[in-house]
Amino acid sequence: MKGPGDSYRLPLDSLARSTGTGRISKSARRKIYRATIYLVLLLSSITMLLPFAWMVSTSMMNETEMFRVPPVWIPKPPRLENYVETWQALPFTAFFRNTIVLTVGRLLPLLFSCSVVAFGFARLKARRKNLLFLLMLSTMMLPYQVTMIPLYILFAKIGWVNTYLPLIVPSFFGVPFYIFMLRQFFMTIPIEYDESARIDGASTFQIFYKIILPLSKPALVAMSIFIFMWSWNDFFTPLIYLHDTAKFPLALGLQMFRSFGEYSTRWDYIMAGSVLMAIPPLVVFFFGQRFFVQGVTVTGLKG
Amino acid sequence: MTQGHSPKQKFLRLFHKEEREFYSFTSPWVIGFFLFVLGPMVASILISFTHWDIITPPKWVGLENYEEMLRKDPLFWKSLRVTLVFTFVLVPLQLILSLLVAVLLNQKVRGLSWFRTIFYLPTVLPIVASSMLWLWILNPSGLLNFLIRLLGISAQDWLTSEALALPSIILMSLWGSFGISMIIFLAGLQGVPSALYESAELDGAGAVRKFFTITLPMISPVIFFNFVMGVIGTFQVFTQGYLLTDGRPNNSTLFYVLYLYRNAFEFLQMGYASAMAWVLFIIIMGATLLILRTSSLWVYYEVQR
Repeated sequence: MKGPGDSYRLPLDSLARSTGTGRISKSARRKIYRATIYLVLLLSSITMLLPFAWMVSTSMMNETEMFRVPPVWIPKPPRLENYVETWQALPFTAFFRNTIVLTVGRLLPLLFSCSVVAFGFARLKARRKNLLFLLMLSTMMLPYQVTMIPLYILFAKIGWVNTYLPLIVPSFFGVPFYIFMLRQFFMTIPIEYDESARIDGASTFQIFYKIILPLSKPALVAMSIFIFMWSWNDFFTPLIYLHDTAKFPLALGLQMFRSFGEYSTRWDYIMAGSVLMAIPPLVVFFFGQRFFVQGVTVTGLKG
Repeated sequence: MTQGHSPKQKFLRLFHKEEREFYSFTSPWVIGFFLFVLGPMVASILISFTHWDIITPPKWVGLENYEEMLRKDPLFWKSLRVTLVFTFVLVPLQLILSLLVAVLLNQKVRGLSWFRTIFYLPTVLPIVASSMLWLWILNPSGLLNFLIRLLGISAQDWLTSEALALPSIILMSLWGSFGISMIIFLAGLQGVPSALYESAELDGAGAVRKFFTITLPMISPVIFFNFVMGVIGTFQVFTQGYLLTDGRPNNSTLFYVLYLYRNAFEFLQMGYASAMAWVLFIIIMGATLLILRTSSLWVYYEVQR
């Protein structure tokens, strides 16, 4: 099958046509047209990347280079020591450890709870199943602000505030969005696999564990990446529940620079800290890009 | 086999094995639904009819919170206005720009995956990190002021002037999130059958005409999806307002959820904050239903299957 781009040209085509003086050949017009596309894409790519470059440059500047006009893009010499100093200025070891604990502590239970529930919705028959499924989808519409306050009060009353429990325990009960995503994937696996396994005497849990899960690796990887990104970036839940600096994840720790008088203008440290926080998600993104992009578009197009 | 009529066997027949298994497999979510959704929802409605600071017992006040919000609290209206401006500026901008870039990328460009990665990259940056980065870029002696001075415009107080603070946050949010809708658009564009364009060309349709009569209708469901997600997401914006400006100056960036957060966790007015949460829910539902209702006018669905 041919791609749609083959026979389709942008409105820019007519633009290129009208800017030409007199008659220009078809191939020349085509060249102008292609060049315009690349120019626009290149310029907008630079715009997208400029802030990143500035972040990395600043993270290696000394205190005077940061404010120099015109801006210094390549610090001389690049101060890698900034990273060490940043790491010591705030308890980054604890921030990283906490972030990892929180991320893993949410990822593992979510993988289990979401896939179990998704399997139920995708593979098992029951009356009222569709009703239940609709109910689940409709809870995705509910803004978390509605349930946030009663949950906070509940967790405060049972003494869970300033612990990781309010952040981790809900993961054992699944998240509708991921359940939906996995269910969509499970539905694509032929039901005959289940049937023949059943004839061979497999229990339902064995079918889930030994047939469906191994066949769903791409979906599980995509989901893990989503969850990793979400948990690594999560700012609001820790902000509400965690008060001790020693328990802060990176998201809370990094923003402390802003409120610390002595560091509030040390943009070199703040940028170094931002780079440090950004490295794990960027690495995960690059290695898992294939799954990630697939996941975004599949949920987007079927949603 | 069918001789049993005891209540237990009747029960077992009602819930036959597969059905029981269905309920045990879905039980995590079902329990979670009662524990973390339905229960809190009911509690939230009740709390919204009280004055409650958590420390002292709640006091039932009926509709007073709602009344105060709608009649007496100028900050409520201000925060609503700020959020609506954010939504109505950011969402259309994001839709148009991301569609434009997606259409460009769909022209069989070389290095497609590189471009796609570059445009998607800002969405991978943690929001706290990107907020810190933009605090620095928008700083009076930051990069943006240098760049606009090159264009002959004088330096601006991006985050501390009432006129520019909200636009600055919109700019940052646009940079940080348009990659998602761009990627979804791109996938949508790649699904448009090329035969449609070919037959249109045979009929002598030009590029502009093809864009408006084929591309737009064919991807209108994707536009619809991005539109709804954009509206829902922007109504709940919080982190940028909290980290970049903390609602300043003069509450010009006091987003709705930021004000809700303050009421709940800074002023400990749980009743008032709960009432605000329900009003937000109604607004989001209303907006979504409105978009859904009008969608039949502009969203084209192929008859499938």
